Amino acid sequence: MKRFPLRIIAIGSLAMFLSQTAMAADEKPKTIAGASASMLSNTCAGCHGTYGASNGPSIPTLAGMSSAYLVETMLGYKSGEIPSTIMGRLAKGYTDDEINLMGEYFAKQKFVAAKGQKVDADKAAKGAELHEKYCEKCHSESGMAAEDDSGFLKGQWKSYLAAQMMDYQNKDRKATKKMAKQLTKMHKKHGPSGIEELIEYYSSGE
Amino acid sequence: MNTNKSRRRFVQGLGAATAVGVVGIPSIALGAAKKVVVVGGGTSGATAARYLKMADPSVEVTLIEANKDYYTCYLSNEVLGGARTLDSLKHGYSGLEKEGITVVHDYVTGIDAKAKKVTVKGGSSFDYDRCIVAPGISFKYDGIEGYDESMIAKVPHAWKAGEQTTILRKQLTDMKDGGTVVIAAPPNPFRCPPGPPERVCQIAQYLKKEKPKSKVVYVDPKAKFSKYGLFVQGWKKFYGYETDNSLIEYIKSDGVEELDLAAMTVSTTTGESVKADVLNIIPAQKAGQIAFDAGLTGDGDWCPIDLGTFESTIHKDIHVIGDASIATGMPKSGYSANSQAKVCAAAVAAMLNGKEPGTPAFVNTCYSVIAEDWGISVAAVYRLAEDRSKIVSMSGGLTPMDASDEAHRRAVENAYSWLNNITSDIFAGG
Repeated sequence: MKRFPLRIIAIGSLAMFLSQTAMAADEKPKTIAGASASMLSNTCAGCHGTYGASNGPSIPTLAGMSSAYLVETMLGYKSGEIPSTIMGRLAKGYTDDEINLMGEYFAKQKFVAAKGQKVDADKAAKGAELHEKYCEKCHSESGMAAEDDSGFLKGQWKSYLAAQMMDYQNKDRKATKKMAKQLTKMHKKHGPSGIEELIEYYSSGE
Repeated sequence: MNTNKSRRRFVQGLGAATAVGVVGIPSIALGAAKKVVVVGGGTSGATAARYLKMADPSVEVTLIEANKDYYTCYLSNEVLGGARTLDSLKHGYSGLEKEGITVVHDYVTGIDAKAKKVTVKGGSSFDYDRCIVAPGISFKYDGIEGYDESMIAKVPHAWKAGEQTTILRKQLTDMKDGGTVVIAAPPNPFRCPPGPPERVCQIAQYLKKEKPKSKVVYVDPKAKFSKYGLFVQGWKKFYGYETDNSLIEYIKSDGVEELDLAAMTVSTTTGESVKADVLNIIPAQKAGQIAFDAGLTGDGDWCPIDLGTFESTIHKDIHVIGDASIATGMPKSGYSANSQAKVCAAAVAAMLNGKEPGTPAFVNTCYSVIAEDWGISVAAVYRLAEDRSKIVSMSGGLTPMDASDEAHRRAVENAYSWLNNITSDIFAGG
């Protein structure tokens, strides 16, 4: 019987060792794929409300949102491009296809405007003017038109909007070129109170 | 949607067969309405009832719950610390009734798996095609010498929110400055793993403000606990942990073995003895009593189930959800219970209509409030393993140890917003 040269045995056991370590690193068992859009989206309702209509001031409403915007945002969380407290950790658990399904699901739900937010009427009035001047072009109908493929503004929750605007200003969240330009323009002319007034406006009424 | 369509087809078919005769027959005689009885109206039971009705409005859903009001356990540590009222955690069943669910306030005394019937204390019984059992937890009072259930008015566990929470809060407010609060954590597995160390935070926060000469002694039989690093970081940052002025003393890997109620003293396994002014023993836990009475626990303390449908592996046509079930891979949390209930509801709706249950998906998110404006979280997305042996975390994790102050502030806001959303998701705004 021919003996294997030592070198080949060594290579063989090295390969075996390598495949074992590869398995240890990837020891997650295979899971069942193919969850439906409603199954996937219902997992979000614990935080974002039933059908994605939120009752909580720091958690945004998803119901009725543009599918393109939701998908883009989720992919941003998944890649880490958009900062978050918790969404980055969760978004990584979904495939891009699953995120598309959720986008379509939430786009079909009825938008429910945030209710009962305390608003400073004077600031909101000033904010309405600022919106008209700096934002309306892309966020038409005060940011309520889902077909703009941007997130809701009017009727969205105040704390959530404020947190996002803080992240945009700190450059933690990257704005599109157009939006960055408009924000800079507005900031030059109106200072930090401009942002505050805008948020008051978006938080007012429906 | 498909369900309604196929049902309509079914009814049309019957109509054709009986020709003109169909007019006088009450719809029930067609045998179309399927009955589901949900036992227990807590987080998982109420969610399952609601999501089942949403999935198939033709199903007659009856929810049986002994209490008229439900107080969430989550965020109830804030009641102990004084940051919120117990009333802010109170929910009722009118929202579910408006959505077409029959709510019966009675105490379930038996579930007959063979006759497919649930009986209640009031004497009536309820037939079912499928039964969903959501009994929550009960306590194992026999693990500590000198301690039993009759003492819980004096030594509250406050691990089911409500009267117990009020008792413990009152003991804290009555305590003199310079007193010692002992919190004894349970062994695994138990409801709400981060609950005990969060309770330490909330009570320490109260003492820091109102009774700064007092302290919390935390006795835990385990070597570690949920969100360990983040909690210890928070204890150090806010409550002087590991300094001479610490509001928290932590006795680790050492459980309470014996209680001398008259002396208000507990002894631990390693022989330490602690005298308490306020004593909070959180006992070891098991499934709620009805799970044992209905034979759903087998030889253990919890209910074995199929992880894709939550159907009992012991009794056919009975599903067990929430803390009482063995949902291998997920923690016993409120969010888990809510998420698992939806998977169960979808499976029940499919099975009642003779369809294969779909692929499940789960999420858990859990916040703990360490101090004002300082929260932490753990979150994960889950799927079912191909061999159905466990629920597998696909992604997730904890708040990073170096998260900014702003991120911690947002976590508290998110915790409160989450509470609003999950409770209205469960109780339909009720």
